[in-house]
Amino acid sequence: MDITWYLVLSAFIFAIGAAGVMSRRNPLVVLLCLELMLNAGNLALIAFSRMHGGEAGQVFALIVMVIAACEVVIGLGIIVAMYRRRLPIDVDEMSELRG
Amino acid sequence: MSPTEYGWLILAFPLAGMLVVSLGWRVLPGRLPGWIASAAILGSFLASLGALDTVDAESHVDSAWTYAATAGFEADLAILVDPLSVFMCLVVSGVSFLIHVYSVAYMGGDHGYARYFAYLNYFVFSMLLLVLAANFLLLIVGWAFVGAASYLLISYWYRRTTATYAGIKAFVINVIGDVGLVIAAFLLLNETGALDYAGVFSGAEEAFSPNDGTLVAACLLILVGAFAKSAQLPLHTWLPDAMEGPTPVSALIHAATMVTAGVYLIARTHPLFELAPTAADISAIIGTATLVFAASVALVVTDLKRVIAYSTISQIGYMVMGVSIAAYGAGLFHLMTHAFFKALLFMGAGSVIGAMAGIQNLDRMGGFRRAMPFTFLTFTIGALALAGFPLMSGWFSKDEILAYAIERGSGFVVLAVIGYLGAFLTAFYAFRMVFRVFFGEPVPEAHELEHGHLAHGEPINPLTGDPEDTDVGFPGPEHHVAERSWPMKAAMGVLAVLAVVGGVVGIPALTDTLEHFLEPTFEESRYHEVHPSEGAEWAGLAAGGIVAIAGIGLAYVLYVRRSGITLRLRDRYRAVHDFLVHKWYFDELYDALFVRPFTGAGSFGRRVIETDFVQGFIVGGATGVVRAGTSFARAIQTGYLRAYALLLLLGVAAIALYFLVASS
Amino acid sequence: MWFEQVLFFLAAIGALAGALGVVILRNPFYSVLALVVHLVALAVLFLLLQAEFLAAGQVVVYAGAVMVLYIFVVAYIGGSDEPLRPEGGALGVFGPLFAAAVGIELTIAFAASGLEALDTTGEEVGAGFGSPAAIGQLLLTRFLVPFEAASYLLLVAAVGAVVLARRRRGLEGTSEAGPEAV
Repeated sequence: MDITWYLVLSAFIFAIGAAGVMSRRNPLVVLLCLELMLNAGNLALIAFSRMHGGEAGQVFALIVMVIAACEVVIGLGIIVAMYRRRLPIDVDEMSELRG
Repeated sequence: MSPTEYGWLILAFPLAGMLVVSLGWRVLPGRLPGWIASAAILGSFLASLGALDTVDAESHVDSAWTYAATAGFEADLAILVDPLSVFMCLVVSGVSFLIHVYSVAYMGGDHGYARYFAYLNYFVFSMLLLVLAANFLLLIVGWAFVGAASYLLISYWYRRTTATYAGIKAFVINVIGDVGLVIAAFLLLNETGALDYAGVFSGAEEAFSPNDGTLVAACLLILVGAFAKSAQLPLHTWLPDAMEGPTPVSALIHAATMVTAGVYLIARTHPLFELAPTAADISAIIGTATLVFAASVALVVTDLKRVIAYSTISQIGYMVMGVSIAAYGAGLFHLMTHAFFKALLFMGAGSVIGAMAGIQNLDRMGGFRRAMPFTFLTFTIGALALAGFPLMSGWFSKDEILAYAIERGSGFVVLAVIGYLGAFLTAFYAFRMVFRVFFGEPVPEAHELEHGHLAHGEPINPLTGDPEDTDVGFPGPEHHVAERSWPMKAAMGVLAVLAVVGGVVGIPALTDTLEHFLEPTFEESRYHEVHPSEGAEWAGLAAGGIVAIAGIGLAYVLYVRRSGITLRLRDRYRAVHDFLVHKWYFDELYDALFVRPFTGAGSFGRRVIETDFVQGFIVGGATGVVRAGTSFARAIQTGYLRAYALLLLLGVAAIALYFLVASS
Repeated sequence: MWFEQVLFFLAAIGALAGALGVVILRNPFYSVLALVVHLVALAVLFLLLQAEFLAAGQVVVYAGAVMVLYIFVVAYIGGSDEPLRPEGGALGVFGPLFAAAVGIELTIAFAASGLEALDTTGEEVGAGFGSPAAIGQLLLTRFLVPFEAASYLLLVAAVGAVVLARRRRGLEGTSEAGPEAV
């Protein structure tokens, strides 16, 4: 298969993830959509790694996974904290930074 | 010790004195600040004597610090010790020391005693810095310091409105001079690539042909600086107003420190003026015009201190004329003798004013001869020296200048003739003061004093008559008279002796000490060989003596023998009198030419430009832009996470679009 | 060769379907399950790209451990919360619009790119490509600093998670309580 196929696929996944981040209000689902976007990036990285025949892209993908794990930990921690304080689980309610 | 080490000591003493007095004003009791300040100046004077002992024909330059070093040019914190600067240091520190001692008693009743002496030491330090500077940079620093110190001291009684205005006037006019001097230094730096005197002078020899336009411009700008400090036409108006300061300050400004700076500057930069004879001639002409102008005004002024002030302007005119016609030795000789007798006259005037409880009007004075014999004696000696009475110090010095002018020939003879006319007027007004203050019917204050009571008047502003109190910022409850305070008496005694015998250092053909001492500084002068013969000098002295005696005689006739005649003369020639009383309308002219247009422009700027343009357009526009921007930024800051994500994606989409378009 | 193409299309369809499922499904629990499908499909694609180690990591760490965490949180907070008002609004319209724009732009960029290597299957690679040994070699030599930085990031995230999820007395239920109540 040509590398282009993989890249186009990753672009689609990225766009779907982005659309989800902007249209969903449940922070949990927003986090899931962020995972989608990161994975789209991972797919592109690995495709490029295959294209060049070097493992550097795979190493980057690995580090993106680490970052995704960190983000999950913090994001879920925030969600749990919100739940503990009886706050609504809705990103639109969290608008205290309004100017 | 080397001469430059003495030079640093000369500077260090007054600086240290100023710091000690100003930092310790709270803890120093009684008159101690005054004695500390006096001791500092005495130390400076002793160091000057040391420098006098060690100085030789060489110019000693020593740098303590380099401000800036660039290719081919260095700006140093450097002092120059040569005969000229040593001479100036001796005059400045010596006379200043006596004035300090006088002030210790005179200002004794004043609040703000320590502040006064801190200023006084700062003033002397500035002047010594000016005199010792080895380059134009440090000269300008000293120059500006002197201006600042004079402002502080003239406005010393800072709650007296007239005093603060006089201080501002002095400062503004001095700054005009500063600007002229700074531009002159820039011009010289640009053309010769140096700021130190030696470099400028040798560079000027190569860079300029005689009477080169740039050089004449630079010299004229130097003259602007010199004339502003030395109160020559047309920048003289600050000096009479400077009488608002305490009397010893007047003595300090007039005799030792400030007004002589211009004369010193012309003498110091004489190689430039000799390359630009046009500028030197202009300087000589202005000096002559000033001397006759100021003498004519001094004839009619009724304020005792202002008479002496105009006399200073006039005498400085002689010095400027002297140093401008290459009679350097004579001009500086007159500077020295003038310092003695002018300080003496001011001290005497201070004593009289003290006896009059602050009144300075000549019309109110009279008959103090018996009440204050010591003041009478010393004041008369000062007046004789000022008038150029034979064998007094002023006789030798003033007439030597005039003899040089005649020796230069052609147009300078006219200047000399005007100088003799000025000498006649000088003798007349000097003894007008003496006769009106000390002769005639004793006024009540004089009677009181004869019976041992010092007059106590209500504290008022002598100029406007406004009531004052005696707290800090106004004159203290009483100013002492010389008869009662030994420091004042001592200072005046020493000065009186000097005013009599000061001339011995310049008796033609007999001593000529001063001229020989200063010779190394001026020996490369192209007019070095121009020297009046002994006969001519003695003839000039004889003429001067006759003129002086004639002037004194006329004053005696008008004010003692037929004392009513002056009033009749005044009524007869009212127009002339008014013209002189209004000081040739210089203040009015400046008011119409400069002050009114500037205040008009200022109020126009405040009303129209400031409110409408600056406040309305610039400030209002700026705040409007900021406000619009912030409200837009607030609108974006919705607080909605998803909106931020949308904006982020919008940016990504836009950038991607840009790259797509740009790469296709 | 056809086997590889069939496998790619199956995996691609699986990945896209999983992604769409994450975004579209109302219930967060099902969204998580859809993401698991997506991740497994991606792992297949990784295998096709000869990234065996990453494919394994994807399945074990991502689809396994991380997703368990998600499911645990969904179960903890009650994942069946229905939204109080319809999702979206103006953002619901513009968001997908911009997302589609970015997706199309990226597709144009990849498809119309002048990079010739994109139209190949890539460089010829040896048997050891993408093996744990090769990646480990790189991680401990050329990418040592990013590796260490990533490990610190994990540490910080762990500490942060503990702080965030810590049970603080007096704060529960009263969002107005100040720090002096701690």
